[in-house]
Amino acid sequence: MKFTLNGVAADVAAHPMSRLLDVLREDLGLTGTKEGCGEGECGACTVLVDGEPVCSCLIPVAQVSGAEILTIEGLRGEHPLQRLFMSEVGAQCGICTPGMILTALSLGPAPSLDEIRTTLAGNLCRCTGYPAIYRAVMKWREEEGRAGGHGGGRQGGAA
Amino acid sequence: MPAVGRSVARKDGIGKATGAARYVDDLVFPGMLYGRTLRSTIPRGRVRSVRLDFDPAGFTVVDHRDVPHRNVVALIEDDQPFLVEREVRHLAEPILLLAHPDRERLLAARVEIEYDAEPPLFDPERSDQVFKAISIVKGDGAAALARADLVIEGTYRTGHQEHIYIEPNGVVAVPEDGGVTVHGSIQCPFYVVKAVRCLLGEERPLRVIQTETGGGFGGKEEYPSMLAGHAALLALKSGRPVKMIYDRVEDMVATTKRHPSIVRHRTGVTRDGRLVAMEVEVILDGGAYVTLSPVVLSRGCIHAAGPYRCDHVAIRGRAVFTNTPPNGAFRGFGAPQTEFAVEVHMDRIAEALGMDPVALRRINALRPGDTTATGQTMGADCSAHQVLEEAVRRSEFLRKREAWRGTNRAIGLSLFYHGAGFTGSGERTLKSRARLELTPAGVRIAVGSTEIGQGTRTMHAQIVADALGVPYEDVLVAQPDTARVPDSGPTVASRTCLVVGKLLEECAREMRERLGPLSPAEYHARHGGFTVERMYRPPDWIRWDDETYRGDAYATYAWGCDVAELEVDPDTFEVRPLRLTAVQEFGRAIHPALAEGQIEGGTVQGLGYALLERVVMRDGAMANAQLTNYTIPTTLDTPEIDVVILENPYPGGPFGAKGLGELPMDGPAPAVVNALRHRGFDVREIPATPELLADSAPGP
Repeated sequence: MKFTLNGVAADVAAHPMSRLLDVLREDLGLTGTKEGCGEGECGACTVLVDGEPVCSCLIPVAQVSGAEILTIEGLRGEHPLQRLFMSEVGAQCGICTPGMILTALSLGPAPSLDEIRTTLAGNLCRCTGYPAIYRAVMKWREEEGRAGGHGGGRQGGAA
Repeated sequence: MPAVGRSVARKDGIGKATGAARYVDDLVFPGMLYGRTLRSTIPRGRVRSVRLDFDPAGFTVVDHRDVPHRNVVALIEDDQPFLVEREVRHLAEPILLLAHPDRERLLAARVEIEYDAEPPLFDPERSDQVFKAISIVKGDGAAALARADLVIEGTYRTGHQEHIYIEPNGVVAVPEDGGVTVHGSIQCPFYVVKAVRCLLGEERPLRVIQTETGGGFGGKEEYPSMLAGHAALLALKSGRPVKMIYDRVEDMVATTKRHPSIVRHRTGVTRDGRLVAMEVEVILDGGAYVTLSPVVLSRGCIHAAGPYRCDHVAIRGRAVFTNTPPNGAFRGFGAPQTEFAVEVHMDRIAEALGMDPVALRRINALRPGDTTATGQTMGADCSAHQVLEEAVRRSEFLRKREAWRGTNRAIGLSLFYHGAGFTGSGERTLKSRARLELTPAGVRIAVGSTEIGQGTRTMHAQIVADALGVPYEDVLVAQPDTARVPDSGPTVASRTCLVVGKLLEECAREMRERLGPLSPAEYHARHGGFTVERMYRPPDWIRWDDETYRGDAYATYAWGCDVAELEVDPDTFEVRPLRLTAVQEFGRAIHPALAEGQIEGGTVQGLGYALLERVVMRDGAMANAQLTNYTIPTTLDTPEIDVVILENPYPGGPFGAKGLGELPMDGPAPAVVNALRHRGFDVREIPATPELLADSAPGP
């Protein structure tokens, strides 16, 4: 199975019906993608497939053939949202954080609070009650706005 | 610059945001097997036979006969087995363990278990098997009730609640040195040591290491002992590392939940609104084994009269057996149940007196010098009136209460408190220890307290930095590894700051004395390293009698007042929360942003408890054990939360801090239900689902 993973060509010999989540975590050793429920409800396993947030527990790896996949590792710790999730305490236990950050990357520029809430509605967090997550996302968009709006949008921070 | 009181960078670093933080399921060991638990499919009976319906070659199979020492999960009572021998007391009780290198083959293995089924008991009110009974008596309730102008009665019910930490329970057990090392998602590593040592025997080396933990909320307090024991048995028998990670369904069906409660109140008041007598009966459904039910009941009963002054109080409580999976620790630990009841009851009293709910609370809320139900005299750290007034002012409660009458909008409040640390003599018995080590790399904190998201590492490092007079960045924190850190007591009961933080403050002050004018690095260069260790001693003024339940139940209390504003859809009975105001006083905010996070997160858990989170029990087990049909608040269910932190320092806590973790859980449910009462719904039960509201709707 061939696809682009975090900007690099990947070729894995997994069973085509293997969950993308397992291929990422076990075949490729990228354990930043987390499993919370295994049924697409919690969003902890979110990755971006061609820029769209997708629950990697729900799709067989065959479905991403030829696609571009971004996992949390693809941000290489350099994305401002990663720093802001920590400094704004948008991460407490941290298990939802990679999925939450990846979903937030699919936000358009200058989102309203309502847009943020709607976009993140598929990602559960049991620790924060969400306001600190909104604060992190809002700050990121403000910082970007001040910097001239670069790097935003659906592929924000991708390699 | 002092670290305490500032929102310094968390000690977690960036790992949680980059995916580098290592949770238990991220660990891989050479030769590792996967473990699986075979569980009972009936709620009560006896196992007649167990037959393996697969080729056992390549499998490790463990049952109760493989237990090297004692088949009990040691906690309070030695009643719960790691593995069923004959008697089954609840559905999903562990009977057999399997391990195999290949997960597909492991899951495909079929086991046939035959039972002699017996009729189960599910109704706690019909249970005569009492795990623990508590009686708290102050004054003469019966005589005072007879003299009251008005007596108001009511029964209030709360359901189970699932923790839904996003990372399910999991451990890896690794055979080492003839014993075993357990890595796991664990709140209380030394609880695991106690239980697994009892299982395996004293002579086997045993070490427990907490991995990064994806949420706990009490759900990883006692249950990991069971899971670690299972993995340890498989690891010892196979001689290989064994990973056991529950999937979401297994986690929801088999592990602990918040105790359901039935609370009855009978309260005498004067016409002008003074509480003259309170009779309270508390029933908690403990499930099939004792686990932590006696202490959950204890905290529940102590908080059952609410933060109010009343000279005549009688509280009787019992935690009882049913044939359901054992209920256990969950943030708040009995108090959310009993404070829900008393706060909803207070609004019914106000209604009966034709008084507004604020006025009734202004008359009765505790002040310094008043005594609680256990006879504890409140000190200057009592802030009931301060939180009430601030919440009422800030939310414009009285204006909205009037203006929204007769509309679909409504507003309600709750006043609550939460004792910090173990109840009564608990902290004395625990003998918690904390250690500070002067190392070449810097000063290192060594405690058994765990970081489960709430910020333990950061908050402890702030306390040590300021007490030692060193930069926060220079303080290191050791990973909780029972081979390397002392037992600081469990990470529960809002005690990690108040108790362990205080110990660390004392260690740091002692270390500072030894360092003299030198910095830690200078001292180490000249004289080498040393360690300072302290054991906790509760304040000497604390008096508590475990027999009579009289005395100082907690060293200090944190206080809160929540105001819920909501809208009810008149056709569908859906409730849309609009805004929550949470005013909370907990001494001192060591790290304001973390404290705010505790309040926001706890408030939303409380909101879920109030409106959404319904555990459907069918034939003795959770029937909706999936996130598809057990719903917790999403971003769209969560309104704006206005958090106000008041500070009233408690001299016995580190830098004046009390305890915070559980407080925010106590208030939202009664505030929401009191708002529903304002809208005309006579609700006395949570979760207040649309179905329940339809049944309690005001008449035409």
